[in-house]
Amino acid sequence: MSQSRIMPAFRPTISFTLFYLSLVVLIPLSTLVFKSFELHWNDYVDIITNKRVLAAFRVSFTTSLGAAAVASFFGFIVAWVLVRYSFAGKRFFHALIDLPFALPTAVAGIVLATIFQPSGYLGQFLKQHFELQIGFKPLGIVVALIFISIPFVVRTVEPVLQEFDSRMEEAASSLGATRLQVFTKIIFPNIFPALLTGFALSFARGVGEYGSVIFISGNIPYVSEILPLLIVTKLEQYDIAGATAIGLTMLIISFVLLFFINVLQHWVRKRSGQI
Amino acid sequence: MSILLSHISKNFGDFSALHNIDLEIPEGELVALLGPSGCGKTTLLRIIAGLEQADSGHIFLNGEDKTAHHVSERGIGFVFQHYALFRHMTVFDNVAFGLRVKKKEHRPNEAIIAKKVHALLELVQLDWLHDRFPDQLSGGQRQRIALARALAVEPSVLLLDEPFGALDASVRKDLRQWLRNLHNELNVTSIFVTHDQEEAMEVASQVVVLNKGHIQQQGSPADIYDYPANVFVSKFIGQTNEFHLHRHTSDWLKQTGLHIPQESDSIAHVRPHDIEIINALDGNSPIILKDWQHLGALIRVELTKKLHESEPKTLYAEMPNEQFKRLNLTRGDRVELKIRQAHWFNSL
Amino acid sequence: MSSISTNVHQSTLDDPKWLRWSLIAIALGFIILFLCVPLLLVIIQAFSKGVAAYFSALNQHDMLAAMRLTLLTALITVPLNTIFGVAAAWAITRFDFRGKDFLITLIDLPFSVSPVISGLIFVLMFGAQGWLGHWLMANDIKIIFAVPGIVLATLFITFPFVARQLIPFMQEMGSEEEEAALSLGASGWKMFFFITLPNIKWALLYGVLLCNARAMGEFGAVSVVSGHIRGLTNTLPLHVEVSYNEYDSVSAFAGASILAGLAIMTLILKTLLEWKQQSSRQSH
Repeated sequence: MSQSRIMPAFRPTISFTLFYLSLVVLIPLSTLVFKSFELHWNDYVDIITNKRVLAAFRVSFTTSLGAAAVASFFGFIVAWVLVRYSFAGKRFFHALIDLPFALPTAVAGIVLATIFQPSGYLGQFLKQHFELQIGFKPLGIVVALIFISIPFVVRTVEPVLQEFDSRMEEAASSLGATRLQVFTKIIFPNIFPALLTGFALSFARGVGEYGSVIFISGNIPYVSEILPLLIVTKLEQYDIAGATAIGLTMLIISFVLLFFINVLQHWVRKRSGQI
Repeated sequence: MSILLSHISKNFGDFSALHNIDLEIPEGELVALLGPSGCGKTTLLRIIAGLEQADSGHIFLNGEDKTAHHVSERGIGFVFQHYALFRHMTVFDNVAFGLRVKKKEHRPNEAIIAKKVHALLELVQLDWLHDRFPDQLSGGQRQRIALARALAVEPSVLLLDEPFGALDASVRKDLRQWLRNLHNELNVTSIFVTHDQEEAMEVASQVVVLNKGHIQQQGSPADIYDYPANVFVSKFIGQTNEFHLHRHTSDWLKQTGLHIPQESDSIAHVRPHDIEIINALDGNSPIILKDWQHLGALIRVELTKKLHESEPKTLYAEMPNEQFKRLNLTRGDRVELKIRQAHWFNSL
Repeated sequence: MSSISTNVHQSTLDDPKWLRWSLIAIALGFIILFLCVPLLLVIIQAFSKGVAAYFSALNQHDMLAAMRLTLLTALITVPLNTIFGVAAAWAITRFDFRGKDFLITLIDLPFSVSPVISGLIFVLMFGAQGWLGHWLMANDIKIIFAVPGIVLATLFITFPFVARQLIPFMQEMGSEEEEAALSLGASGWKMFFFITLPNIKWALLYGVLLCNARAMGEFGAVSVVSGHIRGLTNTLPLHVEVSYNEYDSVSAFAGASILAGLAIMTLILKTLLEWKQQSSRQSH
């Protein structure tokens, strides 16, 4: 219902909102787009199809996908356990889930590197006993991105699991379904959109992540160099055109992902009857 | 203070919520705006309050054009459907709010405010709750606090949006009577919105029936019940049996003793208590007793009428328990009917 | 924090004990490996050369300068984004206008942009080869590789936090209490201070808390615009990076321990605020 003439201060608040939004977000973001107009299409294609850049794309995408998949699997279990079971220290673990949101990425980066680099606590152990090296390899990037992704998955799945109407389970059981059938046919299909949203959020965040990755990855070109780092490298070499081209491509990718996530979230709300 | 609305219209997008409403409410009345949900009654109340702006038309309070006045300057008291009590304030602070936000030159000092607030809380019989928070009150108590809060600024008009809507049935009954008595005591011109015809009839001194953004009828509860202006009002205000007149029904209606006017009116509405049942001894009557239900002191009798090739029709009659017992009827018995009176409407 | 209240399940819906305990073990193992161990390690590493080394690392000139810069950045950006958040939430939740959904999407934009790009755009604007680069140089104004650049990048990164917290909260709250205040004769400001602000205070604090945590902890965007000048343009996270890369482990982890402490404080306050918010919403 429109209250537009009753509530005070529409004009000042909306004006300030638009002004500040333009100043802080829209104008700076648009410079990236306008700056890229200075590039010729051929230059752009040359930069983007450069072998090192393509390798970075591959590294960024595969590690983000892998991390999002692992985080979705474990994140689902964590959400399930936190919602459905009661055990000692639950509140503590529940609060800890948001640590990756609250902990500065640089701190996460150096700690994970200290743990997993070949000379590190766990790195040494894994190398000696399993011939497995995590640090300075793409696997290290995956580890860092899993850390970053945990809250995205858990905090997306958790409320849906919480709101899940357990009478549906009771109904299914009363109709003769086994516990496994109840899970695969009733619970999981209802949780799936949320899980997919968590996955997509993790993936989107993973592609852009910088701080937590660069310490553990070793940043070896063609092997463990991620896109954001490549932008930083280009900037340090005063290659503005290169940085702009890669930056614009990443921006477009994140907008596509944002659109996809919005569609997903709409779907989730529709499924859970909020629309 | 009298209220005069002239040519009020309001649209929400393509939906016409109110259509050219004219309404006059004399001073001191307790008026019910009655109608089904979506009829525009709450919108009309909010427009009078100034919480909503009409697209066109004018609002006069005591002869003064208040159309352009903001809600905070109209001098109205508004009781919200879900009370809208300030959750972070005590009952006392809630009631005192309107006095404390007055401009400095009009603001009474705290001692006067305290005296006034306690007087109001005593009026609603809840002074003992003055240091509680709204969460700690029952629905009925919240309702009365909301009323006290609205009365604190000495409004010239009191507006209540579904005042009993969120309450339990038993609490509702008590509060209705209480509101009526309070109104008699204060004599503030009051309007309340309701979709419950029984509530409107019981509480209000004047009832305004709305449907689809139009006023259908305005009058005292007795007027509305005894002389419904149209089919909608007649159906909305109480249960009724409807007869569309054609040859068969008019022949049959004549047999029940009903006088059928010669005008163009062709729909008859008969209230259940205007139907009298007589045990049919010859067994030729088209009316069969199907079932009955106890409604406290009354019995509702369900009858089936089958005339010639027409569809069977269900009729309802009501009568006191004793009378029904004396008839000594069982299911499937044929009965004859006497219809005392009907309301006649055009089929248009 | 709604999951704290455990659902009461009927026994038919209970998972078998072995399954329950294995799932709990997997979940807790995962949390401990990925969340608890890193947190503990920060402390262990910071004190690896003893308490004295830890405190002398914290007392270094560059470390103190980095802390000061981090505080300064937060002190500028958090209030600005808070004022914006309240204004935007008010306009969006209390009025109807076209393009509202689009506006909300725009406000969320900084969340979906990589931190490195958030830094890059300011380099493209104000850097030596940027749009305003020549003019800035001619007028001897330094933005990139200086404090203003750091503030701008942080402003961008933390832009949505408060608004994003307030918009759904105020939407759910509705405006009935505010209408009631107006109908009782309150002016716009009085309504805001006596009714709106007390009602949204926990959600507002929550948003401010998250905004502040990010403002103090932001690394990627700030790293791009700062230039890493020790004692001048290093924020605390950047100082951690520089020290780590120079193999000054104690310094790096001493700085990290401060930031981790901040994160833990944030989590504790966040949990408390969630309880507050929930209890005030439940009673509605």
